[in-house]
Amino acid sequence: MGFKTFCFKKSLWLFHFGGASCNNCDIEILACLTPKYDVERFGMVLVGSIRHADVLLVNGSINKKDKPRLLEIYEQAPKPVLVVAIGACGCTGGIFAEGETFAGPVDKIIPVDAYIPGCPPKPEAILAGIVKLLGKN
Amino acid sequence: METYLFYFLIYPGFLFAAVIGAFLSWFDRKITARVQFRKGPPLLQPFYDFFKLLLVKETILPARGAKGVFLAAPVFAVFGATMAGVFILLPLMNITTGFHGDLIVIFYLLTIPSLTYVIGALSSGNPLAAVGASREMKLIMSYELTFLLVMAGIIIKSGQSIDLYQIIQIQREGSPFIGSFSGVLLFIVAIFCLQAKLALVPFDMPEAETEICDGIFIEYSGTPYAMIRLSKYMLFFILPAFIIAILMNGIKLEGIHILWAILKLLAVVLLLTLIRNTNPRVKIKQAIRFFFTWMNLLAIIAIVLAIFGL
Repeated sequence: MGFKTFCFKKSLWLFHFGGASCNNCDIEILACLTPKYDVERFGMVLVGSIRHADVLLVNGSINKKDKPRLLEIYEQAPKPVLVVAIGACGCTGGIFAEGETFAGPVDKIIPVDAYIPGCPPKPEAILAGIVKLLGKN
Repeated sequence: METYLFYFLIYPGFLFAAVIGAFLSWFDRKITARVQFRKGPPLLQPFYDFFKLLLVKETILPARGAKGVFLAAPVFAVFGATMAGVFILLPLMNITTGFHGDLIVIFYLLTIPSLTYVIGALSSGNPLAAVGASREMKLIMSYELTFLLVMAGIIIKSGQSIDLYQIIQIQREGSPFIGSFSGVLLFIVAIFCLQAKLALVPFDMPEAETEICDGIFIEYSGTPYAMIRLSKYMLFFILPAFIIAILMNGIKLEGIHILWAILKLLAVVLLLTLIRNTNPRVKIKQAIRFFFTWMNLLAIIAIVLAIFGL
């Protein structure tokens, strides 16, 4: 592992994109930042601007209104950026998969690096998913 | 010539200030984490952040912005921080510059980073950055007068000396300025000025993350943002060092005094961090009123006390 990859993996800044979510995954993502789970010990912080982001967390089903916005957010992110689909809706569409306004799961719109299934996934599952993502490349 | 280059680039200028500042920024984040009952980031986290931004990330330029100014602004921010750092740290390390009146120059050099952030934000063409820049400008206008009054108080206390080296020597012969009534008042005012200069939480409205998404830095990514982080690290060291120089009789780097120097620096940074962790963000008009009314009043009381020798 080179110096660049090492620094990148040690300092992942998160940006949160919530689609048409039921808010449950949003709450579980925020739970990762709270004192009990504390992702800052791995160097991860939540940033306000997509220009600073290294990881794009996408949750919720993506409907027709969300699709162009998600694409634009992804194009505005400075590369390399990792995309993590969180929750059943983010990974497959979940119960919304056959809905009228559904515009495809996240991986049909932008390339996804990790899937964290669950409805909602527990904070432990989100942390385990991110650890696996770091081990992948 | 080589000596001056060494002063500017390595010790006590650019490299030294950046490394110490990075460690202090880790200290700030760690204390913040401990205050919130978290574990906090590892020791080298500021370096990982900096090298990731510098080497790994892509730099995106705004399509409708002034690209040259947008890229030049962070370089000038680092330049301003380095120059101010050299002028503050040389007298602090007991190396005389032979330049009488450097207090005034330091005052102007310390404004350069904030000004370049404003210029860079306005040249990016982002409306949220423009909001942040306007707030930063108002903040500069409100704290600069107060900071100038603090310096006036120091000048009066040191017997009309505007040479930082001499001010430190006067404190060494007598007692540190903080050991008097006017000194304590000046210290309080100076701490709040530092809080605003560093854009820490009660006065972080230029880069309010939850409100205007990092405000003035919203369009910065990759190498220019690494430069901005670098200038922030350096300011995090040189501003507390400046307080130590003007109020707490400087530092000595020999024997047991090294421990005192580190403790002084950490105490000032700890104070800043605790203020930042126990206060909410104020509105810009509240900040202006705070500085224009209360802090100026305190500083003027301190100056009057200093004239009477208290």
